[in-house]
Formats: sequence, C-alpha cells, structure tokens
Amino acid sequence: MDSFLDLIETISGRPAPLLFGQLLLGLINGAFYAMMSLGLAVIFGLLNIINFTHGAQFMMGAFAAWMLLEWAGLNYWWALVLVPIVIGFTGVVMERLMISRLYKLDHLYGLLLTFGLGLIIEGVFRNQFGSSGLPYRIPDQLQGAWDLGFMFLPVYRGWVVIAALILCLATWLVIEKTRLGAYLRAATENAPLVQAFGVNVPRMVTLTYGFGVALAAIGGVLAAPIYSVNPQMGTNLIIVVFAVVVIGGMGSILGSIITGFGLGIVEGLTKVYYPEASATVIFVIMAIVLLARPAGLFGRA
Amino acid sequence: MSPTRRSLLTASVGATLMPALPRLGRAQAANTIRIGVLNDQSGTYRDISGPYGVECTRQAVQEFGNKGFNIEVLSADHQNKPDVGANIARQWYDQGVDLIIDVPTSSVGLAVNNVAREKNKAYINTGSATSDLTGAQCSPTTVHWMYDTYMLAKSTGGAMVKAGGDSWFFITADYAFGHALERDTTNFIKAAGGKVNGGVRYPFPATTDFSSFLVQAQSSRAKVIGLANAGADTINSIKQAAEFGITRRGVKLAALLMFLPDVHAIGLQTAQGLVLTESFYWDLNDRTRAVSERLKPRLKDIKPNMASIANYSCTLHYLKAVADMGVAAAKASGVDAVNRMKAMPCDDDAFGPGRIREDGRKLCPSYLFEVKSPAESKAPWDYYKLLQTTPAEEAYRPLNEGGCSFIRS
Repeated sequence: MDSFLDLIETISGRPAPLLFGQLLLGLINGAFYAMMSLGLAVIFGLLNIINFTHGAQFMMGAFAAWMLLEWAGLNYWWALVLVPIVIGFTGVVMERLMISRLYKLDHLYGLLLTFGLGLIIEGVFRNQFGSSGLPYRIPDQLQGAWDLGFMFLPVYRGWVVIAALILCLATWLVIEKTRLGAYLRAATENAPLVQAFGVNVPRMVTLTYGFGVALAAIGGVLAAPIYSVNPQMGTNLIIVVFAVVVIGGMGSILGSIITGFGLGIVEGLTKVYYPEASATVIFVIMAIVLLARPAGLFGRA
Repeated sequence: MSPTRRSLLTASVGATLMPALPRLGRAQAANTIRIGVLNDQSGTYRDISGPYGVECTRQAVQEFGNKGFNIEVLSADHQNKPDVGANIARQWYDQGVDLIIDVPTSSVGLAVNNVAREKNKAYINTGSATSDLTGAQCSPTTVHWMYDTYMLAKSTGGAMVKAGGDSWFFITADYAFGHALERDTTNFIKAAGGKVNGGVRYPFPATTDFSSFLVQAQSSRAKVIGLANAGADTINSIKQAAEFGITRRGVKLAALLMFLPDVHAIGLQTAQGLVLTESFYWDLNDRTRAVSERLKPRLKDIKPNMASIANYSCTLHYLKAVADMGVAAAKASGVDAVNRMKAMPCDDDAFGPGRIREDGRKLCPSYLFEVKSPAESKAPWDYYKLLQTTPAEEAYRPLNEGGCSFIRS
C-alpha cells in the first residue's frame, strides 16, 4: 500500500492524501453539476427549450428554503420536500403562460425568453434581499465531519453526493424504464403521433418542465447551507452547467449525469495544479469536444 | 474569467445602460457641481456600498446645504468590469461631471484613475483597496479616501503575526486587488520574521466553492489562512472553513478585508472570534452614532460601514473645498480642486479629524475589531468589539515608500 501511495506521489508531484481529498471534493461539486444539468437535459430533451432560467430557479430554491425557515419556522427537511413542489409549480405557471407560446419558433426565442426571465428574477431578489446573502445553517442531524485519514469530510457534503446520486438514478430509471418515461421519449420523437394515441402531450410537456425546475430547486436547497444564499449564486453555475450539457450531448440524460461528475473531478484537479484556470478548464474541454464530436460525448448526431 | 450572464449582455447593452444626464441651460450648468457615484450595483460588492453609498452621498449634499451653487448626484453600475467603468467615467467627465467617487474593485478603480488623470478631473476613490492608487499609479487628480491594502495588511496581518501566527497560506482573488493585498501582507509577515508556506490564486468572480483551496491550505500546515479577497468570496470562504472544521483545529482565519454587511451575512454563530479591520464602526463613539442615526431614514435597517460612509465623508470635504475656491475654478481643473482639498484639514462625524497627504492618501485611524459571540451581541448590528487602534499618521504606508512619481523623497 505504501509503495502504491509513493507511486501516486511520484507521478502526481503532490502528496497522495491531498490528491484523494481533491478528487473527493471534485466529486461533490460534480454532484451539483450533475443534478443541475440533468434538469436542463430533461427540459431540452422534451421541450427543445434551452432553459436559461435554471440558475435563477436554483437560486429561488435556496431562497425558498431560507424563507420557510425564517418566516414559517419549517426546517431543512421540510424545505427538501416543499421547495421543489412550490418552485416546480412556478415553473408550471411560467411554461403555461409564456414558454408554451414559443414551441413552434426557433430555439433562439426560447433561449432569449428564459435568459430574460432569469435576469428579471435575479434583479427582483437582489432588490429585496441585497447581494451579500443570507445565513442558512447546516441541519443538526448533518453537522460534524468524518475523519477519512486523508481528509476531513463534512457529513453534509457526503449527504449532498448521496442525495444527488439517488435523484439522478431515480430520474434516469423513470425516463428509461417506466411507461411514463416511454411516453416522454416517444413524444420527443414524434409528438403528433403520441397525441393520436390519446396521450395529453401538452400537459406532459408542462409537467416535465415543472419537474426540471423542481430538480433545480432541490439543488438550491442542498446548496443553501454551504454556499452563501445570494441572488447571483445561480449565475456562475448556469454557464458551467450549460457547458456540461453541451459536452454530455444535448438532451442526453445519462450523458449529463456522467459528464457532471466527471467535470467536477477535472475541475477539482485543476484547482490543485493550476487554480487560476479552474474556471476556464471546463470551457476548454467543451471546445475540444465540440470540435471532435459536435453532438457531444453521449449525444446522437 | 468565465462569461457570466451579465458579461454576455454587457457588450450589446453596455452603451444604452449609460445614465443620461439632464440637459441644463448654459448659465445653470456653470453653477452646478456634478458628482458621479460609480460603483457595483448588482454584483458581489453591491451591499458594501452600491445603492447605500449613493444614499450616503446624498446625505452629505443635504447636510452641506445651499452655499450658492447647485449640486447634482448621479450614479451608475460599473459591474466590476474595468472597460465598463472606464467608459462611463469618460462619458461622465465629457458631459460635465466634476467629481467621480466610490469605484470599488481595484481593477476598475485603477482604470478610472487613468481617465481622471488624462482629463484633469477630480477623482476620490473610497471603494478600491489597492495601495498602488497612491503608489506606483498615483495621480495629482486622485484622492484615496478609505482603506488600502497596506493599511489592512498592517492592522490585521500585523496583529495576527504578533499573536503567534507566523506561517501563512494565502487564498487570493486573481486580480489587482488580491495581488496587492497578498503582496503587502507578505511584506509584514516577513518583516516580523514569519514565513509564507504557499498560496492559491483563484478566478474572480467565478468561484463559489473554496473547499479545495481550504484543504490545500490545511495540508500546507500553515498556522494562518490569509483570505486576500472580499465580499461574497470572503463569506463563502469563512462559511466553508467552518464546515470543514478548519478553525476548530487551531488554524486561524485572517479575513484581510471584511465589512459589517459581510458579518451580517455570515451570522455571528460562524463569524464570532474573527478579527478584521475597519476605519468606521457605527457604535464607535458619539459622533459615529449620531451620523448613523441621521442616515437611518435613507439606509432603513442597514448600518453604514467604512466603504459606504466614506462617500458621505469625502463628498462633504470636496464640497467645502469647492465653496472655498469657487465653482468656476473647481470645475476648470481637477488638479486644483484636489490640491485645495489637500490644503484644508478634514473633519466629519464619520472619521473625525484628519488630513489628505501630498500623494493623495487620506489619513484616518484604523481599528482592529473582533466579532462578538451571539451571547455578547445585545442588539441587531451589535457585532464588533474594539481590540486596538492604529493612529492616523501610522496607519498608512509612509509617504516616501510608495514610489509615487510626484513625491520628492
């Protein structure tokens, strides 16, 4: 074992414990990327809308958790259940009132609409709550840290990875293995035909958007205790997550999950070797992937 | 820096976002002093000054009263981008703005500094920290009113080293401000016999997760982790350091630039025990309490901090200089206006008596505070206890060490 660690240290030029720690942290960030890009991929797969409001909806999730705690006295676990329902419902309303009018037009219109809505939502929250953010404590049950030998892993971060994995797996199973998922996939291929079989496609589309938004909102709740809950918290994330979706292949569910975790790890390693580039490395990879495989790693050309 | 949503828009909308100035008649314009407050109104530094800094400026104008000339206050958002900030400054100065103030984010602060020098217009920076504003990049049109990296390094850094923190690891925002703060703090650490074990420079403003850097800092075995950053970055760093139990195992955090709203955002539970440096605290003495009380109708339930209230202080002093030298002379030359300000002693409720040095450095005392524990805090915003005061004449870099071109040493 010791010689194995020595080998790693010789190859990487960094102490092995540090490297393991960074891989684990990368995996944790990857969990957020995976969860967020999953929502984007589901929405794009069925609606053909590039949902640029996703970052704002992630932020709304975090704020909703804070409001439940401060104004209604409902703790983190309630937030985990209630917030996706409430924010998902706002998504349903948005889809019905605005986005549904754009399906016949070019992708660009949907992108501009959701982008604009995202900016407006962010602005309203900034006006109301300021930019420096609100405190949100880690729930008591998830306080503390495990000593893994090579690093201290906060219990909460471990919980984030587990929660993200469960959500991703469940979503993938529903879409790939159930009858409902089969309808969804069929509607993506040929909506009029599915409608002819008596399936209410518009309602399915609306609920899918609501589900994608709910995923973003859960991400927000999970993020609230570790990141500052502030209006711009989704802004940086959305661009990275969008790159993840492009690398994974637009609309590919499994692709976005695997790419999310993978890029989290790549980013984590960049933070050890050349931290200055840690915000750019994902875009460099995106450019290379687009040149080599324009449809993305898991996409169908 | 990765493209943020705002930067995607800037290119196309930037020009139209520029605030239009009201048109004045020729005679009226000649008798109007225009003050432009240029700061971050939508990003990570908004709560430090932003709309509150504008309100503090208006309060100064109101208290100054009518001395025979009109005063107009404008404001704009520079989005923490040097190009946007320089463009607005250029347009403002060309359209008859006489003084630009605030300008946080050192990269933007330095860009506007060049515009002011080129156009011979007055510029009072209250928001940037880089000590280069009165050093290598000093200008006869510029006054640096508030904190700088040297003063922060001396107060917070010096105190940490004295308390036994003799080995450091830096987590630094990768732009002008972070570099200057790291450089100045390193000088103090080395002069006191300490050493720097290492550091990381992370992309600003695209970083939200600091856990990787904190774990690297921990494995460097440094006794102190120096946070050479500000705003939401500092908040996230401190929150995540608590999460990873770093401070519980004896490693100290040095938040080299931190403001009252940051403490408010983190909450005392996590922030308690941190030491930080500000030149102003609302509950410091009778005068600071009085001015904070007067600002209440404007700031609502927010308390001023050293950055936002510096706009109040510098606007008052500038207006006194204008009244002293005449509106026409003040409008004609930024250098003359700044020279007059340097010749007059400063005094106001926020910072007390002080003066502006030849290189443009405003001198006032700096205070080392410790953040109270939740049990010690008796009221909302009751956050600080005073540890130590550095007198005005000792707080800043000595005049002959800055390398300012127009100072003969």
